Amino acid sequence: MILPSESMGETAEDAVGSMMSDRSDLGRVRGRAMIQLALVENGLRTQMDGTQFVLRPFGSWIVRNLGEVEDALEAAEFPSGGGVAVFDLAELERIDVAGAWLIHRAAKTLAARGSRLQFENIGRGARILLEEVAESDRDPILPEPEKVTARGMVESTGNSVTGAINDLVELVVFVGNVVTITFNMLRRESRLRMTSIIYHLELMGLNAVPIVMLITFVIGLIVSQQAIYQLRAFGAEQLAVNFIGIVILRELGVLLTAIMVAGRSGSSITAEVGAMRMREEIDAVNTLALDPVEVIVVPRLTALVIAVPILTFIGNMSALAAAALVSLFYGGIPIDVFIDRLRENVDFINFTRGMIKAPFMAFMIGVVAIMEGLRVGGSTDSLGRHTTAAVVKSIFLVIVVDGIFVVYYAFVDG
Amino acid sequence: MAINPKTIHSAKGYLFDARDLVVGFGDKIILDGVSVGLKRSEILGVVGPSGCGKSVLLRTLIGLVPRMSGQIRYFGRDIDRVAERDRRKIEKRWGVLFQHGALFSSLTVKENVQVPMREHLNISQKLMDELAELTISMVGLNPDAGAKYPSELSGGMIKRAALARALALNPDILFLDEPTSGLDPVSAANFDELMLNLQQTLGLSVFMVTHDLDSIFRTCSRLVILKDRKVLVDGELDTVLAFEDDWVQSYFGGKQARVEYTEDRDPGAIGAPT
Repeated sequence: MILPSESMGETAEDAVGSMMSDRSDLGRVRGRAMIQLALVENGLRTQMDGTQFVLRPFGSWIVRNLGEVEDALEAAEFPSGGGVAVFDLAELERIDVAGAWLIHRAAKTLAARGSRLQFENIGRGARILLEEVAESDRDPILPEPEKVTARGMVESTGNSVTGAINDLVELVVFVGNVVTITFNMLRRESRLRMTSIIYHLELMGLNAVPIVMLITFVIGLIVSQQAIYQLRAFGAEQLAVNFIGIVILRELGVLLTAIMVAGRSGSSITAEVGAMRMREEIDAVNTLALDPVEVIVVPRLTALVIAVPILTFIGNMSALAAAALVSLFYGGIPIDVFIDRLRENVDFINFTRGMIKAPFMAFMIGVVAIMEGLRVGGSTDSLGRHTTAAVVKSIFLVIVVDGIFVVYYAFVDG
Repeated sequence: MAINPKTIHSAKGYLFDARDLVVGFGDKIILDGVSVGLKRSEILGVVGPSGCGKSVLLRTLIGLVPRMSGQIRYFGRDIDRVAERDRRKIEKRWGVLFQHGALFSSLTVKENVQVPMREHLNISQKLMDELAELTISMVGLNPDAGAKYPSELSGGMIKRAALARALALNPDILFLDEPTSGLDPVSAANFDELMLNLQQTLGLSVFMVTHDLDSIFRTCSRLVILKDRKVLVDGELDTVLAFEDDWVQSYFGGKQARVEYTEDRDPGAIGAPT
């Protein structure tokens, strides 16, 4: 016993009805006369009667059975041409737009082969549907398929190169814009939006303290353990303090903090600005005779430029604390010895050279994040794409900025 | 036994039938004992002051907002008591047009229309393309709209595209949340025309939340007025127009006046007093 596929309300009767009619057809011969598998509930019977080709759809030609019906149509053999094609809808129990489309399509195919069409036993509902479908039928516009050609590959390479150059130009223009507007604002300090700056300081600075401390602390542990372990072979554990102090203050503290901020605040700035663009809030700012750079960009950039150095300092201290702990418990160096060695061997200049990078990195993170945010288009996936791009680009630029400083110091120190 | 007039409609003849719905957020009650039902092939309009919970009612009916109490029956079956599989089956029989379209912004219009087909039907890509084209054409969009992304469409086109997606599975019930809001009067009239046409050809039943008086008069066969968390009146247009309530009277004020005006012009009416 086959259960009706639909067990809701009126359809159950339909299903039972069509099963009964299927049973009575079981005895017929498969072939020219009929093409139908046993116990199919919804489908099509075709019959060649002299020059008359009869199509008898049966069951429910509704969207839920569409797969079945489409298969039945695929399997049916249409005559090569001429004659009369008769659509006998007597056994059709239910039909909707999708079913009507399939009948319309079959009729169209037959008409194109030169058959004269004739409809029999067509109900009012089916007639309206068929007319509606015929009215809405029109030639589809097929999109040009994209071809992979050698030329296309060269073109896309060229495009990405010019794209990168344009990125750079845009970056410089944007930075120039921001700087001039900031200086104009500084002349009239009333326009500096303190509330907004402090709000963003809390968001990007204060709220980032725990995670920055944690990350730098853990990295501090790892690096100092390695340093002590490697130098122990030479009996020079105490020298590890020099190495750890310099590497944390000059490089690690600021780099880790900047990368954390790029991932944390850079992404949120891009998403925020991007969503503002999607909901036309930036256009609204423009039309209220306000400058988006002044209202949106400067507060965030200012907050970042203030927050990142502070976070870097906190990160440095956290990493040094970790180093002191590892030195005490793993290297056997008492805390006071650690501090003494640090004071003797690690010049203050190492600290300043690390710290001075922080505002530059913060500025790059902010600029990239806001630029990517402003580029977000209308769709949600463009928001995702630009947020990813912002994080990747700002981390890349943070490392580039670090590299530039390293080269500069190398020249200065000779 | 006394019969509660609100719960009088039996499940028979109703596509869905919701009784005594109570919906609230926190301790704020939005709907307090609301009962509505939708008959086959009717267009039901839900009207009410802003913030009276019309959209919440719609979202409750389609299961997007949880309800505190009350029963909803679809096609005679209690939605809380059907198996997950049957629930999905019921969901496939309704189409929803959200107020702002809610098209998937990363897909083209055609792909949007094909989403429900791809998920729920086992048909070839070719047929899916044809059906999507057909549906897009039926809602009155130009053929080239199919390849566009939602961000490239105007407000009216977004509504039409969203309607095409709602119609993709040939639903029995169509839920519309302010379908004509944000459309110019001509587009709104076209949209109403389209809906009436679909209702007549496909036998669609429509549950529509709206503010648009013209739309109500053009399309609705029955009206439900929500006010103060309850159903104020539920009935045909004439019943509602005659209902004694300040809000109803001022809402339909213009129309009511127009109806009276035409009645006054009636020769019999003029002749009667003398």
